[in-house]
Amino acid sequence: MLILECPYCGVKAEETELTPGYEAHLKRFGPGSSDTEFEDYMFARKNPKGVHFERWRHVYGCGKWFLAARDTNTLEVFGTYPAQSSAPPADLQDKIKAKRPDWKGYK
Amino acid sequence: MSTRLSKGGRLIDRSAPQEFSFNGKTMRGLAGDTLAAALLANDQMLLGRSFKYHRPRGLVAAGPEEPNAIVGLGRDGRFEPNQRVTTTELFDGLEAASQNHWPTLEFDVGVINNTLSRFLPGGFYYKTFMWPRAAWKHVFEPIIRRSAGLGKAPTARDADRYEYTYSFCDVLILGGGIAGLQAALVAGASGARVMLLEQSAHWGGRAPVDGDVIEGKPAEVWINSAVQTLAALENVAMRLRTMGAGVYDHGYVLAEEKIADTTPGDGRPKHRLWRIRTAQIVTATGAIERPLSFAGNDIPGVMLAGSVREYVVNYAVSPGDRTVVVTNNDDAYRTAIALVQAGLAVPCIVDARASVTGDLPAKARAMGIRVETGKAIAKVKGGKRVTGVSLCVQAGEGAVLEEISCDAVAMSGGWSPVVHLWSHCGGKLIWDKTRAHFRPDASRPPTGQDGLAMVVPVGNANGAMTAAEALICGAKGGAAAAEAAGFKAEAKAAVAEAAPEADMEAVWIMPQGAGPALKAKMWLDYQNDVKVSDVQLAAREGYTSVEHTKRYTTLGMATDQGKLSNINGLAVLADALHEEIPQVGTTTFRPPYAPVTLGALAGESRGDIFQPLRKTPMHAWHEKNHAYFEPVGLWRRPYTFPRAGENHEQAVHREVLNTRTNLGLLDASTLGKIIVKGPDAGRFLDMLYTGVMSSLPVGKCRYGLMCSEQGFLSDDGVVARIDEDTWLCHTTSGGADRIHAWMEDWLQCEWWDWQVYTANVTEQLAQVAVVGPNARRVLEKLGGMDVSKETLPFMQWADGTLGGFPARVYRISFSGELSYEVAVPASMGLAFWEALHAAGAEFGAMVYGTEALHIMRAEKGFIMIGDETDGTIIPQDLNLGWAISKKKADFLGKRGQERNYLASPDRWKLAGFETLDGSVIQDGAYIPSAGKNANGQGNTQGRVTSTYFSPTLKKGIAMGLIKGGMDRLGDVVEFTTITGGVVKAKVVDPVFYDKDGEKNNV
Amino acid sequence: MSNAVSALGHASFDGFAKVREIGPIGMISLRAKADLPGLAAAIKAAVGTGVPAQRQIEIAGDKAAGWMSPDEYLLLLPYGETDAALAAIAEALRGQHHLAVTLSDARAVFRIEGAKADQVLAKLSPVDFATLGSKELRRTRAAQVAAAFWKDGDGYTLVCFRSVAAYVMGLLSHSATSGSEIS
Repeated sequence: MLILECPYCGVKAEETELTPGYEAHLKRFGPGSSDTEFEDYMFARKNPKGVHFERWRHVYGCGKWFLAARDTNTLEVFGTYPAQSSAPPADLQDKIKAKRPDWKGYK
Repeated sequence: MSTRLSKGGRLIDRSAPQEFSFNGKTMRGLAGDTLAAALLANDQMLLGRSFKYHRPRGLVAAGPEEPNAIVGLGRDGRFEPNQRVTTTELFDGLEAASQNHWPTLEFDVGVINNTLSRFLPGGFYYKTFMWPRAAWKHVFEPIIRRSAGLGKAPTARDADRYEYTYSFCDVLILGGGIAGLQAALVAGASGARVMLLEQSAHWGGRAPVDGDVIEGKPAEVWINSAVQTLAALENVAMRLRTMGAGVYDHGYVLAEEKIADTTPGDGRPKHRLWRIRTAQIVTATGAIERPLSFAGNDIPGVMLAGSVREYVVNYAVSPGDRTVVVTNNDDAYRTAIALVQAGLAVPCIVDARASVTGDLPAKARAMGIRVETGKAIAKVKGGKRVTGVSLCVQAGEGAVLEEISCDAVAMSGGWSPVVHLWSHCGGKLIWDKTRAHFRPDASRPPTGQDGLAMVVPVGNANGAMTAAEALICGAKGGAAAAEAAGFKAEAKAAVAEAAPEADMEAVWIMPQGAGPALKAKMWLDYQNDVKVSDVQLAAREGYTSVEHTKRYTTLGMATDQGKLSNINGLAVLADALHEEIPQVGTTTFRPPYAPVTLGALAGESRGDIFQPLRKTPMHAWHEKNHAYFEPVGLWRRPYTFPRAGENHEQAVHREVLNTRTNLGLLDASTLGKIIVKGPDAGRFLDMLYTGVMSSLPVGKCRYGLMCSEQGFLSDDGVVARIDEDTWLCHTTSGGADRIHAWMEDWLQCEWWDWQVYTANVTEQLAQVAVVGPNARRVLEKLGGMDVSKETLPFMQWADGTLGGFPARVYRISFSGELSYEVAVPASMGLAFWEALHAAGAEFGAMVYGTEALHIMRAEKGFIMIGDETDGTIIPQDLNLGWAISKKKADFLGKRGQERNYLASPDRWKLAGFETLDGSVIQDGAYIPSAGKNANGQGNTQGRVTSTYFSPTLKKGIAMGLIKGGMDRLGDVVEFTTITGGVVKAKVVDPVFYDKDGEKNNV
Repeated sequence: MSNAVSALGHASFDGFAKVREIGPIGMISLRAKADLPGLAAAIKAAVGTGVPAQRQIEIAGDKAAGWMSPDEYLLLLPYGETDAALAAIAEALRGQHHLAVTLSDARAVFRIEGAKADQVLAKLSPVDFATLGSKELRRTRAAQVAAAFWKDGDGYTLVCFRSVAAYVMGLLSHSATSGSEIS
């Protein structure tokens, strides 16, 4: 059972205090988007064995959504950061690159 | 004979006899006994029957690895099946009964399987019960089900209570033997928060049984002083009778504490489940001795050598007067020595090794014990009890050299580290060829959230098999764990005397050239009756994977989960496959380490607090007035309020008719209420709802729909504009939390620069629907607000006081009648509700429930989320296109609804249905159409979504989805019935009642 | 006007710790960002405390202000004083984006008192009481429902939703049963 530190309230919350929100950094496609774009937005999800970015909500806590970078295989957590982020923080990306040289980036 | 010795027994109190019963027979034991020890002291060696062949089974072990001595304990509400007598502490009044036999333990009919055993080989079930197919369901499965499982499930409600507790530490040490104690001393001295758990009732593990000497004194002295030192440390918590059951991700550990097993009914929780979060885990879980595979190794009286020693030393119980020891290692000599020191006879130590030179064998020889090297047991003689053994040479095929009479056999095939907890979360193993066992591979540990090792194995559990090694290993491990958790530690170990032990020799079959007849009597898994011959057969039949072989033969699938049988079984498999043991590998170790009581896993969640039931402020009134409740999410809402002599249907019909003719009162408090406020609130709601909410004037209400991004209808409700930048959104009763979370998701994760705040005020307000022709009159009687048609027209709201209650009144209707929804503070909800009933009495006020609500909305053709919708329905399917803005550039679900298949004319759309005969269409009925689909199933063209008998119209009415929707008006279609028939119905307008809305327009 | 009543009519349970339902207590949910001009004045005017820091609760007599999230504060005060406090907040934050709403009736409040009060809660919530700050307001779950609690005097004050008050009372009573002390 995972522990993720909520970047808003600082609680090292265990999984039972959290709600998963699946893949992070999705771009919303609304009216005017092509079928392919909309399909990707709705349905195409990464499922990597390794570094992954996810949304979590501290639902039994401060109620805030945050983002987490973790290894889906080893469950190592590289870091958590606020949901109001268009991309993972640079220092977090550097940390992941150092630990996982083969990592191709979050996109 | 097994019996109580007149002297010794370090754990028993001879002054405290305890009376207990086994199969109804009264027996006596002593305080400090395990049930196993007490049974042996009463010469009760036969304790059960094996699963498949119903062979007699006696004690093999002294700990949680015991596969045979499994009994039912207690009775009625405290009956527990499948309890190991080896881990059951004796208490006065204990009741135990053996399992898996009929009619009696001594005479068991099922033993017939034993004589048929050569017709019941490994994989027998799979081979036999293949054909004919029908026989599986009607013949084989019922028979297997009846004979499957050992104990019977309890039928009475569990009389005990259980609980969880959450706990946190830096270093969690699992196992309180000398390695665990040493690790705790080192980690405790570092200042780390340490928790030390021991599954048994005693600290120190096997060291005192083995006669170890630590710091120049008997192990017990050091253990006592270590326990005292630890108890004095504030940063160390210690707990006996608490088993580490499982190691999970990120330092999460489950442990089960046995609290009141020996004091049933004393009010304390029987067991407590510890949910522990720790930075580092030290596994000091010891080792388990392996049986040897020789013919007849399952006959009662054949036991593990270490366990025999434990019974003698700890409980002063001798398993037999004459015990033959058979071994492939030096450790078993300790048993022979302990037996002779206790005054018992050891006619022979049979050692498979050709040369035996260690200190322990020398000591045994010096005591005059006969040692036969290079020898093996050809066969054990006896039925329900060992009567003797025949010897042969280990290198041969089993030709008998001599026979020795004895009543017990103490066997040792070497020791396997308990690697379960190391392995649960991914720790890998290496094969130690010298000691013929798997032990943790320190280079491939389970890792935690930082990617670093989170488990440190120590002592026997790490392959450090002597006391001296175990203490050093424990100190190092304790220090490593404390340092990994951020503390400075010094790995100072106590010193134990180390007598050199000679290498053991791997022996997987005894004798090594045994033929088929002998192999068919060599048991690997005692409980499930898996023999050497079964595993070899599986290999011959192509089962090369250890996981497949396990499932095919059921090796290791009994209640002991292969604690004794796994390594022996996989060694036999490896040999049969001509592979090395590490190449064959082990099966996966999964939690729990040993069975955990289901009650402990449930914790407090039973009875009234099984799950949180949400109650409105008027709930107690509903109960008093005989409400029949239905679940709506976690809410319990009154379905109807039956009166004396009424069934539910009659009550519901009365409630509908009274509401339509007089006055109905509904507790609508569960309705979701969310405040949305801010400069961007209007813009936000325009994105959330399919319609336009930003243009709603202050003081007015508007019905709105919310869709998922795929365009599917997810919730509906009335929105009220409170002031310039505040809206109040009503959601469905089950939807409040979900919709509030949905709003926050978009505000936090997508439009985080928009200035909008939300607040879920659902529970702040009690809400009452006041419905019917007399609705206005009762509110006017309460007084305080102008609720006239002119001042408060349909779809408007107003704040004020009603009968002295601060109230917000919405003029909205879900029934088609003149209707007000009145919200008051929840803490006044009950008082307001009672005031309404009192004031309404003269107007025919009557409470109604959710079923009447549903009927009335269906009579009006109003859709219900969850009835007309199922997550695949867009508003257009329900003819709700009018509620979708054509002008807005975007809203959640707009793009989704533009997908071409959602615009298909073939989609099923909403229509009303009336049966030609006035009957009610059955719930879930379909409208079949001609032909079959690709799977040969009949085609369909629609289905019913809401169907009721309308008490107002005195006939069946229904809504449903049908291909063509309202274009099919007037068509007669057929709905299926549950019995295979059909009922004819006409497609009609779904508004059955008051089409022009005159009732509401007053 | 009728008197407001708490969810359970002040139910209580005596075990190894004492559990009491109290209230109703005035509560206001104030949503505003920490750097909002006038926030300190608004909280001061409403409950007389400073702005609580992350996860802290500032207690001043029968009033308090707790940090709920980066943009939410829980203001506690006598039940009858919420309207006045709302008016004071509106005055202090006039023209500033915020949301203040009374939630007194949406909640149930419990006191868990006694030397081992923390053990009652430790059975229900995944919270490390050894590291819980003396002024910390911890939002978490109590078994299956959301709850928030903080240390106050010789025990803890716990707040949950009103609809599950009976469930939470059941939990607390079960946990506090005599004989089930953890240590």
